[in-house]
Amino acid sequence: MPDTHSTRRFDIVIAGASFAGLAFARALHTALGSDLRIALIDRTQRSASPAPESRAFALSAGARRMLETLGVWDEVAPLSQAVTEIEITDSSLEAGIRPVLLKYDNRLTPDAGNETTDEPASYIVPAAELEQALYRSVATSPGISFIVPAEIARFADTGSAVAITLRDGSEIEASLLVGAEGRRSASRESAGIKTVGWRYGQTAIVVLIAHERAHDGRAIQHFLPNGPFAILPLPGNRACLTWTEDEIEAKRILALDDAGFLAEVETRVAGRLGRVELAGPRQSWPLEMHLARAYVAPRFALIGDAAHGVHPIAGQGVNLAFRDVAALSEIVVDTLRLGLDPGSLEGLGRYERWRRFDSAVSAAAFDGLNKLFSNDALLVRAARDFGLGLVDRLPALKSRLVSEAAGLTGDLPRLFKSEPL
Amino acid sequence: MTQSTERAADPSKAGAPGPGGGNIDDAEIARFQNLAKAWWDPVGKFRPLHQIGPARLTFIRNELTRHFGREGSGLRPFKNLTVLDVGCGGGLMSEPLARLGARVTGIDPGEKNITIARDHAAPQGLDIDYRVTTAEELVAAGAKFDAVVCLEVVEHVPDVAAFVQTCASLVRPGGLLILSTINRTLKAYALAIVAAEYVLGWLPRGTHQWDRFVTPEEIGRYIAAAGLGTPRFEGFVYNPLRDQWSLSPDTDVNYLAAASKPA
Repeated sequence: MPDTHSTRRFDIVIAGASFAGLAFARALHTALGSDLRIALIDRTQRSASPAPESRAFALSAGARRMLETLGVWDEVAPLSQAVTEIEITDSSLEAGIRPVLLKYDNRLTPDAGNETTDEPASYIVPAAELEQALYRSVATSPGISFIVPAEIARFADTGSAVAITLRDGSEIEASLLVGAEGRRSASRESAGIKTVGWRYGQTAIVVLIAHERAHDGRAIQHFLPNGPFAILPLPGNRACLTWTEDEIEAKRILALDDAGFLAEVETRVAGRLGRVELAGPRQSWPLEMHLARAYVAPRFALIGDAAHGVHPIAGQGVNLAFRDVAALSEIVVDTLRLGLDPGSLEGLGRYERWRRFDSAVSAAAFDGLNKLFSNDALLVRAARDFGLGLVDRLPALKSRLVSEAAGLTGDLPRLFKSEPL
Repeated sequence: MTQSTERAADPSKAGAPGPGGGNIDDAEIARFQNLAKAWWDPVGKFRPLHQIGPARLTFIRNELTRHFGREGSGLRPFKNLTVLDVGCGGGLMSEPLARLGARVTGIDPGEKNITIARDHAAPQGLDIDYRVTTAEELVAAGAKFDAVVCLEVVEHVPDVAAFVQTCASLVRPGGLLILSTINRTLKAYALAIVAAEYVLGWLPRGTHQWDRFVTPEEIGRYIAAAGLGTPRFEGFVYNPLRDQWSLSPDTDVNYLAAASKPA
């Protein structure tokens, strides 16, 4: 028996204090208050002055409703841009004029089963500010402890608890451990849960720009032969550019000096926004897709990128993560309110059945979309142009697509419907 | 296997008082004792009890919080309420009631059951007063509780009217009695015995005898005779698509009842 005197006991331990982990802690605390003892473990101590960040997310309406219900949205709303319109084009980089393939109003319509009209289906939210807001929402909450810097070495189900050993040898106990450390999840590895996945041989490049002309809330997706290129509008004539290149071309672009890099940006923006300048660091990630073979084990559950990483083509990674948060927090809160054990496989199994299918479908869909568009073959191009042209002419299908992208289809968790837990 | 005890539990032989006396059927105790180790296996012989747990607890939480004016959304809505769990078995209900803040006494005439219950609660730090005893003995000792819960028990006792009377007398004035059982309908025979024991194999054969099931009207009469108010009834039903049980107005098969004792 370990010396129980030095073993700290919590109800829920969350490994990873980033978007998913912080939001999950916030959801539980908001529903159950400080009687619930939560610990957040993270490898890094949060620095007082975070590094500059260019990333932004296309937050779905459902995910935004969750943040609003959790009292976090008000803080990021002024820094976020409602997407009023989405434009999809497809052309080679050299083509001077890019014919618009598909253009749609990005507002939810009542016929898509939403009570609120005029609510944008998505918002562009700067990543760093969103993470800060989530952190502040839990940083000083009684009942929530931060164990940093620390990492899980291993854990085991004792039957009545999960006994967690940290790398420094200290031990903590909880009813449930949630793995939210992102794609390299130490807790997932410790649980022996394997992943399936592959690399695309592509690199995502992200940079923040400031531009001369107003974007009018329009998000633009160009499908270039090397991969998609997106202009995600942010307040104050700024935008987050996200594009993918094959690894070798990406290496070349990333090695350019600022003037050279800006020239690459200008080629892609193609004069649509007037004069452009760099406003944030250039960042890059190798693209890969992965899916955990299981989302749960006894007293253990995975959320966010620890469970699944999708192609960032549709900017859906954070939305899937928040949907995990909404589903698991709902099940855990309902379980605790009945005095039942949140680590039991009954509730966790329900979470897995709820989320696994959805994220597998998303991963496959985004993967297919990427393959469809990262292709210059005439026949493929003709087929997709025809397909999108068809979508363009069918308003019902369009609003269905908007609703899907808004994260408002399927069996919705309560937080995605603006209902408190 | 439990084949021999199943035969011993033939209704024609039921009702003989055990050596401990009281309103108890020894064959029934023996059957549950033999299953004791399986109590906490969520996919074992008591899987149905694990599965109906959330629906039953939802009813208990709703009734207790309303009756005692508690806020139901927190972690410990039953703080400081004394609750008696009659026929607690391996502690499947006693533990959640304790986690919700109640000071729980769990009683069961089966010694093995109480050992299992104690061994399961201890490592979790749950302070539950488990005792090998009967409701009759507690009445003789003059015990009173804010609430008495008696779940899935009355269909296993020989004299239901006397048993309800016994449970009711353990409720303090102003307190609440909660019972659950199975209705004596054709549907209950089809679902709770034929389907659950023979077709789906959810329950060991012989777990239930149809003629021991009790109708809500009968429960209502026994409760009135015990001096408690008109009970509130709620059914719980199985949704095969979600593989989940939930509360329902349909009391044809499984149902719960809550009745208060005048202050």
